[in-house]
Amino acid sequence: MSTWHEYVQQTGKVPEWPYPINYGKVNEIISDVLVIGGGVAGLQAAINAAKLGVKVAVLERGHAKRSGSGGAGVDHWHGAVTNPCSKVTPEMYTNACYNSSRGWTGAHVRYIITKEGWDTLLECEQMGIQIRDVHDEFKGADFRDEKTKLMFAYDYKNRHVIRVWGWNIKPMLYAEAKRLDINLQNRMMPTALLTAGGKQGNRVVGATAVNTRTGEFYIFKAKATVIATGGSAGRLAYFAPELTASGAMSDINGAGVGQALGWNAGAEFVNAEQSGHNRLSGLGYAPYSMGGAHNTYHGTPIVDADGKEVPWNDPFGRELKTVEDRFLPQPGHDFILGEGIGIGPYLQQFRSNELCNSLVDRILKGEFKLPLYADLSRLSENERRVIFGMMVGSEGKTRIAVYDTMTKAGFDPDKDLFQTPVMPAEGYAHSNFWGAGVNAPANMRSMGGGAFLTDWDLRTNLEGLYIGAGGNLYGGGCHGESHTTGRYAGKRAAEYARNAPEPVVDKRQVEKEKESAYHATHQSKEGNGWKEINGAIARIMRDYCGKHKNEITLNLGLRLLNELKTTEMASAYASNPHELGRLLECHSLISVGELVLKASLERKASNSLLDFHRLDYPAMDPPEWNKLLPIRQENDKVKVRDLPLDFHLKAPYAASYEENYKKHAEN
Amino acid sequence: MSDKAYMVPNPPTPNKAVEFNPDFCIGCNRCVDVCPTDVMMPNPEKKKQPIVVYPEECWYCGGCVEECPRPGAIKMLHPTQQRISVNWKRKDTGELFRLGMKNPPPPNTRPPSGE
Repeated sequence: MSTWHEYVQQTGKVPEWPYPINYGKVNEIISDVLVIGGGVAGLQAAINAAKLGVKVAVLERGHAKRSGSGGAGVDHWHGAVTNPCSKVTPEMYTNACYNSSRGWTGAHVRYIITKEGWDTLLECEQMGIQIRDVHDEFKGADFRDEKTKLMFAYDYKNRHVIRVWGWNIKPMLYAEAKRLDINLQNRMMPTALLTAGGKQGNRVVGATAVNTRTGEFYIFKAKATVIATGGSAGRLAYFAPELTASGAMSDINGAGVGQALGWNAGAEFVNAEQSGHNRLSGLGYAPYSMGGAHNTYHGTPIVDADGKEVPWNDPFGRELKTVEDRFLPQPGHDFILGEGIGIGPYLQQFRSNELCNSLVDRILKGEFKLPLYADLSRLSENERRVIFGMMVGSEGKTRIAVYDTMTKAGFDPDKDLFQTPVMPAEGYAHSNFWGAGVNAPANMRSMGGGAFLTDWDLRTNLEGLYIGAGGNLYGGGCHGESHTTGRYAGKRAAEYARNAPEPVVDKRQVEKEKESAYHATHQSKEGNGWKEINGAIARIMRDYCGKHKNEITLNLGLRLLNELKTTEMASAYASNPHELGRLLECHSLISVGELVLKASLERKASNSLLDFHRLDYPAMDPPEWNKLLPIRQENDKVKVRDLPLDFHLKAPYAASYEENYKKHAEN
Repeated sequence: MSDKAYMVPNPPTPNKAVEFNPDFCIGCNRCVDVCPTDVMMPNPEKKKQPIVVYPEECWYCGGCVEECPRPGAIKMLHPTQQRISVNWKRKDTGELFRLGMKNPPPPNTRPPSGE
């Protein structure tokens, strides 16, 4: 017996809720630093704050041992440019990211990541994570440094992306957090940041939350707070977990909760108006469960149904002669930056070698017959083993879901051709085949680069509020970047907390939060459930904040979100603490939806980099709009200002990365 | 086993996400404790396998399988729409295989790197 249905059919009984429910019971947790989100960034923030001697509490939605987008593990670590084998400097890497994004990324954050990414990884090694080929399994491989036993990905010459055996990275961080006596509070759905006097824009002094097993209410009081929630609000524009959860790269807890907390407290955001189509919608296949040639599978030979191999080319369009070339910079390359670091377009001189860019045309002309297959057997033993045995075998999201599952089912990369999805020919334009972005409906878009704006301390505009995360931080990136920014934000928060006054929470704000948190538990049992509400929110966002927007549609979207709050959502019913948590997430989704719609209203110009299309301002990229528009709320009114793209090197900051870094990170 | 029919909602999609083997499972609920999305709940009967209540909230991280102290007690099960997509072809013989097929080839027992 495994399922609820089986249980009911066999026993004739509906099982009672297994945990004691105490709606309204108040618990108080007091710490110097509160970390919201116990994923890899959050635990790094907590660990590094605790090491500075302050008292730390973590508020986690799931269970901190294995939760979070990065909680399932990692197989390669970006931005470790100060490792002893790297030929890339922090300045080179930062400029490559900034220039590739045409200025639309937080380069100060990129710089911090590259200055400290390698140090962060070394600390992970001390916690017990394998980052070197200590068993000499890959001795003599092109991607291995014989002295340090480090192994590299994407660019075997410049050696700044490190392959790691990170399948147990989260349990190891968890053990370290336990060792440091950090107060880990699991199953917490946060509802609001607490601010001094309960006022938007004031110092952040804690948060409120509801436990999604017991329904109890929690008041967290802290001198400093780090938001370390990650992922994007995956449920904002599309909601069909029955179909998409198994194909997604972040879990259903990703409801934009961190953004909503910040937005409602008055924190500043940039680029919330940025969105994109085809972004790992979940309408593809289980991650890495089908053949491909991208990311973990970079370099894998792709053959057609008759066994004819698809050629590779460099970003300059020249065909690559050998398999080895796929992992090496070509004439014209500065260095290869690597994929999956939160950057859309790449300048040619940093872009990966890729499957030939005429593949779509050649499939349409009949030159390559579907289905295509990944033929790992054409690789050297070292390359095949490092891709399937080490990388697929190390990332938690693939260790059980792909390696364990497929090898038990008899798949052998030495002997078998791994089928790629059969999809419209356009889908083969990008070699991340399993993502099958082409299958996403045209009106389905997801948030692109919208994130908290921070200074060189990774502090927001709000006193006491810091950000450490991947996708939630302007300039953040992938797994390793989440560790590094979490670690940095935790230290800055602890330094602040050491001299900060005691947190005083506003009783009226707490009472208001408590009342609204339980609203859904005393509605009529006929009320809508959380899924119905989530589906409606997603529909509003798809329709009124899709690809083509104008002032009227954006305002209609805002109106409908507001309508929903006072009608179907106001009468929605939660029958247990789990449903209550999911429904409270819908409140977060609405807040994030409002942020996106309002930010979209403020940018009165179309912008190609942000994939932002205003029908009422159709001229693309007018130079006067080449600026960030930080947006926040004050007294529930929108406040927007202009900020140059290179603000991080302008007053009040110093003119060079190094100077700023020294001033903020090494004081 | 009761033969009665009950008024129950349709089975959820996916049906299971994870499957327990009662011969191995000791009902320790360690999988329940670590699941990031609360897919499972403890069985009302002590020492019995947990009950999968919210399979559509599973994101297939496999954390429950890694946490399990009794190998074979819990199995991660991709939805059928995903299993049907995972196909491979033996290069030498042209035989077609898929995840979940009736007579699967013998398992590949090579452990992942690092073990």
